[in-house]
Amino acid sequence: MNEKLYLDAEVELEQVYSKPKSLTDVPFHYCPGCGHSVVHKVLMEVVDELGIQEDLIGVAPVGCSVFAYHYMNVDMQEAAHGRASAVATGIKRVLPDKLVFSYQGDGDLAAIGTAETIHTINRGENILMIFINNGIYGMTGGQMAPTSLIGQITSTTPYGRSAAQIGNPIKISDLISLLPGAYYVTRQAVYNPNAVRKLKKALIKSIEYQKQKKGTCFIEVVSNCPSGWKMTPVESIKFLEEQMIHTYPLGDLKVPQN
Amino acid sequence: MEKEIKTEEARLMKGNEALAEAAIRADIDAYFGYPITPQSEVIEYLTREVPNRKDKKTVVLQAESEVASINMVYGAAGAGARVMTSSSSPGISLMQEGISYIAAAELPCLVVNVVRGGPGLGTIQPSQSDYFQATKGGGHGDYHLIVLAPASVQEMADFVFEAFRLAEKYRNPVMILSDGALGQMMEKVILPKDGSLSKTAKPWATTGKTKDRDHNIITSLFIQPEEMEKVNLHLQEKYKVIQSEVRYEEIQTEDAEILLVAFGLSARICQKTVDLAREKGIKVGLLRPITLYPFPYERLKELSNQVEFMLDVEMNAGQMVEDVRLSVEGKVPVHFIGRMGGMILSPEDVLNKIESIHESQNAVNA
Ligand SMILES: Cc1ncc(C[n+]2csc(CCOP(=O)(O)OP(=O)(O)O)c2C)c(N)n1
Ligand code: SF4
Repeated sequence: MNEKLYLDAEVELEQVYSKPKSLTDVPFHYCPGCGHSVVHKVLMEVVDELGIQEDLIGVAPVGCSVFAYHYMNVDMQEAAHGRASAVATGIKRVLPDKLVFSYQGDGDLAAIGTAETIHTINRGENILMIFINNGIYGMTGGQMAPTSLIGQITSTTPYGRSAAQIGNPIKISDLISLLPGAYYVTRQAVYNPNAVRKLKKALIKSIEYQKQKKGTCFIEVVSNCPSGWKMTPVESIKFLEEQMIHTYPLGDLKVPQN
Repeated sequence: MEKEIKTEEARLMKGNEALAEAAIRADIDAYFGYPITPQSEVIEYLTREVPNRKDKKTVVLQAESEVASINMVYGAAGAGARVMTSSSSPGISLMQEGISYIAAAELPCLVVNVVRGGPGLGTIQPSQSDYFQATKGGGHGDYHLIVLAPASVQEMADFVFEAFRLAEKYRNPVMILSDGALGQMMEKVILPKDGSLSKTAKPWATTGKTKDRDHNIITSLFIQPEEMEKVNLHLQEKYKVIQSEVRYEEIQTEDAEILLVAFGLSARICQKTVDLAREKGIKVGLLRPITLYPFPYERLKELSNQVEFMLDVEMNAGQMVEDVRLSVEGKVPVHFIGRMGGMILSPEDVLNKIESIHESQNAVNA
């Protein structure tokens, strides 16, 4: 603790942290401990650091992050459920020199929007796709997502997800890595500061690749949903670390080949 | 291989191709679509022609589905582009969620429906059975498209320009409601002048936030009911203003005692019926709505003071006839004749119907 602060109130305080300038002053509506907040913040830090606020156009999904456009102080569009990557395609095709990203949950990207996901990447659309995998439908109250873990209890799998009945957790990042249009595919997480730093690096790389018009960059973020998982934030971080990452191992799935 | 496209010369073209050529000349920034008969010539023409036009930067993209197409249209329109898609009935059904979002977010764009017979997978033959879907909203929520109904290859081309003029004036999606016959048939057409449609400023578009303005947001989400109601009231106000754009054509209505009401291909058939009837001394006229939304309620109401009865003619089970009946408020009988499933009435079928109504009315009066 800085003793001086107590001794002399007139000393200038050293600012060690401030929220990114590219975040608006609107308070997040996310539940305490929700991963969406962290990803929003890191993404906007990257926007500040790279100075791309004027060049970046985002697409928000239908899901808990539907209001991402209230928080991210860049031009944004809100897409229909599952269609964010099609909307991003429309934007990028008519504004090829701008930077475009889509931001989607697992219900949005990996269930209702699977066709758009695969074909956007197969065309190698020159955009960044951010995929928040929290293994559940947060917005609609905790139903099973295609990414829910085996045995996971949700409001539509009250006895636990059974592979025999409803299939296994879908590993979208692994699937789309096979597509030539995917330039960079990585799976990151937001359960500790080190992981968040890695996510930030992946975001920076993806923007650089987009500037070089390399193709689709896809960042999966293994995240948490304390409310949907019916856990405290601390419990949810533990579940993420012990269970989610077991099914969804972190790291790069596809890196640029030079 | 650069082709020289002469401007003023009359050409013999298919309806779908005339529409596609008009779109190029209207300087569309982008077209997104998915093949379906009987409108695939639109995307085929564009993918073939656009690379030959060195002065054009038009994006032409074959999407993975109509769902993707319409959402690409949303994105591009939201980014300020002049953008369109085209499809036929089943594909237009798939687009409805997206069209509803576009109407709510007030994005200008053109959606072309080259209608085929339904319901279901139906037939690839021409039909007018998507009238309700086109004019009453189609997707969820209280909204309207502006709907233009061409009746010739010439109008297939001209209405592309008209559609974008209206779409951009009102920030509203516009539909061209055509049919498989108009899409496929060849006729003489004088194409609109290339580049003659000026661009409109779109300060609301997401083109990248500049320092002098707040971030632009394209959305259809208004979670507070008070706010959602305001948005709805605003839309309804806009639709009221749009009523002034009503367009229709009248053929021999001055002295008409019997009025035919028909749009698109049916109106062409009825035009012939008017001639046949007049040869027989029966004073028949025709009103052809050109805009199906807004609908010419007022003019039909006026004409109800003059005619004995109206006969509504459609290639469906009777859809527009409901609007005709609303117009005349029971003042005169409104009869209906139609065929479904891709079948087309002949001018003689319509004339026979007129004569049989006439006879039965005389029988009642006697
Ligand atoms: C066409 C359509 N179907 C269903 C819904 C309802 N819905 C809203 S969000 C959602 C799932 C959201 O889950 P996810 O994408 O995982 O995002 P999260 O809320 O967990 O961040 C569903 C099913 C909708 N809005 N639109
Ligand atoms: S429901 Fe889950 S995903 Fe949604 S805000 Fe709450 S914690 Fe986050």
